[in-house]
Amino acid sequence: MKKRKLSFSGFGQLTIPLIAIALLVIFNLIRDPGFFKIAISHNSNGNAVLSGNIITIINGASELAILAMGMTLVTAACGGQDISVGAAAAIAGSVFVKVLKGASQINIGTVILAFLCSCVVAMLFGSFNGTLVAVFKIQPMIATLILFTCGRSIAYWINGGATPTVSSPIITSIGGFIPGIPVPTPVIIVIVMAVLFRLLFRFSALGLFTQSVGINGSAARLNGINATFIKLLSFIILGICVSVSACIGVSRLGLINHETLLIDIEMDTILAVAIGGNSLGGGKFKLSGSIIGAYVIQMLTITLYAMKVSSTDVKAYKAIVIVLLVVIGSPVIKERFGKMIRHLTSSRKEGPAKGAQE
Amino acid sequence: MRKFKALFLVAVLIICCMATACSKKDKGDGKIKIGVVNNPPSESGYREANVKDMEKVFSKDNGYDLRTFYSQKNDEQLQAANSFITDGVDYLLISAAETTGWDEVLKKAKEAGIKVYLFDRMINVDASLYEAAVVSDMAKEGDTAVNWLLAQNLPEYKVIHIQGAMGSDAQIGRTGALDAQFASGKMKKVIQQTASWDEAEAKKIVESVINSGEDFNVIYAENDGMAKGAVAALDEAGITHGVDGKVIVMGFDCNKWALRELLAGKWNYDGQCSPFQAKIISDLITSGKAPATKKIINEEKGFDAKTLTQNDIDTYGLGE
Repeated sequence: MKKRKLSFSGFGQLTIPLIAIALLVIFNLIRDPGFFKIAISHNSNGNAVLSGNIITIINGASELAILAMGMTLVTAACGGQDISVGAAAAIAGSVFVKVLKGASQINIGTVILAFLCSCVVAMLFGSFNGTLVAVFKIQPMIATLILFTCGRSIAYWINGGATPTVSSPIITSIGGFIPGIPVPTPVIIVIVMAVLFRLLFRFSALGLFTQSVGINGSAARLNGINATFIKLLSFIILGICVSVSACIGVSRLGLINHETLLIDIEMDTILAVAIGGNSLGGGKFKLSGSIIGAYVIQMLTITLYAMKVSSTDVKAYKAIVIVLLVVIGSPVIKERFGKMIRHLTSSRKEGPAKGAQE
Repeated sequence: MRKFKALFLVAVLIICCMATACSKKDKGDGKIKIGVVNNPPSESGYREANVKDMEKVFSKDNGYDLRTFYSQKNDEQLQAANSFITDGVDYLLISAAETTGWDEVLKKAKEAGIKVYLFDRMINVDASLYEAAVVSDMAKEGDTAVNWLLAQNLPEYKVIHIQGAMGSDAQIGRTGALDAQFASGKMKKVIQQTASWDEAEAKKIVESVINSGEDFNVIYAENDGMAKGAVAALDEAGITHGVDGKVIVMGFDCNKWALRELLAGKWNYDGQCSPFQAKIISDLITSGKAPATKKIINEEKGFDAKTLTQNDIDTYGLGE
């Protein structure tokens, strides 16, 4: 009995996002089994590439998944969210384009240079947010509201023009497919980022520190953890995530529109963290939950598009599903549901099942 | 009595204006004072070109003394207009942030003998309060584009229609003409979705159609950015587009980069939304005559990839 309870709570955090994905899959199977068709087609450069709704979902959620990873860290450490990620991405993307346009010729070197520049700028803005939150103890939502408001204007100043474009085969392969590899590059970047995070948590105590700062900042400080630094660091890491997703977003189209790049992504990012079962009040966290959360959101959107729901209505339908998910994931319902399941299973397995388990 | 007074005032004003205009011309060194109240150039590529054009046409060399104020807030614009009137400008040019609240200011301008020209956007006031309004006719832009599409004589039209932000002037105008075709059955609506001017959203919409396996041969996007998003989806799926391609690509706004896509034969059509009203207004000012109609429609072109020249790009393209 005790064993069962343990396994249930261990699985607990990922239950809701996994159930959500399962429900969406079942719904789509009933609606149209063709939804899951994955085909190999040839893009206009003649490369064999994977295509189909599933690929569109996994590919399209890349920016969201990367941002969700960073946001989880900020949420865990500060007990609040950064609502300026979209605006900061517009700045980072503008810097990326600015450097590329300044270069006489676009090659691997200049692309990496442009990415590093945008990374540095995003980290600077991240540390600006982080300083307000960690040092001046301003609530994260209020602190990041500043950049949320002015970020897109700053992005405009960087390039001047409304929609500067860059075109180069390298940019196209970052946003699309590398010749010879049928998997979309943004998906590969998500995997790389996830692995990097995994390594970071494995070889440093950052995960543990972040958790303890989030649960009780003063207790953590008394135990010798520099809470201010941990909070600041979480914002700087989010800055890197912002710049990576901004560069993906720009590369997809070879164009930056400071008004629309990753627009409204901040809300989806916070949602992904919430759907992933992470407490928005900080403390314990699970990156994998947030990543799955990101795919849930994208799958929902693409399902609605496939059903030809008008895109003005998509947000309303999305809201309904998300309200359901969040309510089901709430501690009250979870506890009742858990009790019910335990009650059911224990009464059923009272007799022969118990013997079989031994 | 009041009518008479008003008429008298107007007559006096006209005489005064003509007198000052003439005397200024005679003197040669006195410049015509222009006050421009506009939206900020950061608003869009359109506005950026609009602001640059105003500054170019109403330059010192052309005999003007230009003062500008840019804001997206109506109350700030009203204050600026008031201060221009107090400064005693000769002409007031307005592209208002909102259509309401301008009565008092325009009456004040009229009393002060300042001629008001509206550009780009109409204002909800009595037409007697301004000299003329130079505006775009968005519905006509849509008509021009749809007529061009009909002239292509495709055996059948299966259209993906990507709309701008719902309720905006540009969206309503550019949607209208195509909706009429859908209603008449001449063209088939594969999908009609708004991407709210968002390039990435436009790409998603086209991807969802491609994944559904439905056939289409026209993409009608209500601005250049969304057309670019749509084309990115086509490229990934290996669907040919443009001149000699399977899918016809249509955009609006005539950004320079978009026109270059046309020149390369990757897109088929780009409809102009002209931000160049300054020349028309300047001509009206120098002619000294009242325009025949209050509402002057800015002539707008539609460019076909087959007939576009580099010269067109340099003349009509926006941005860089």
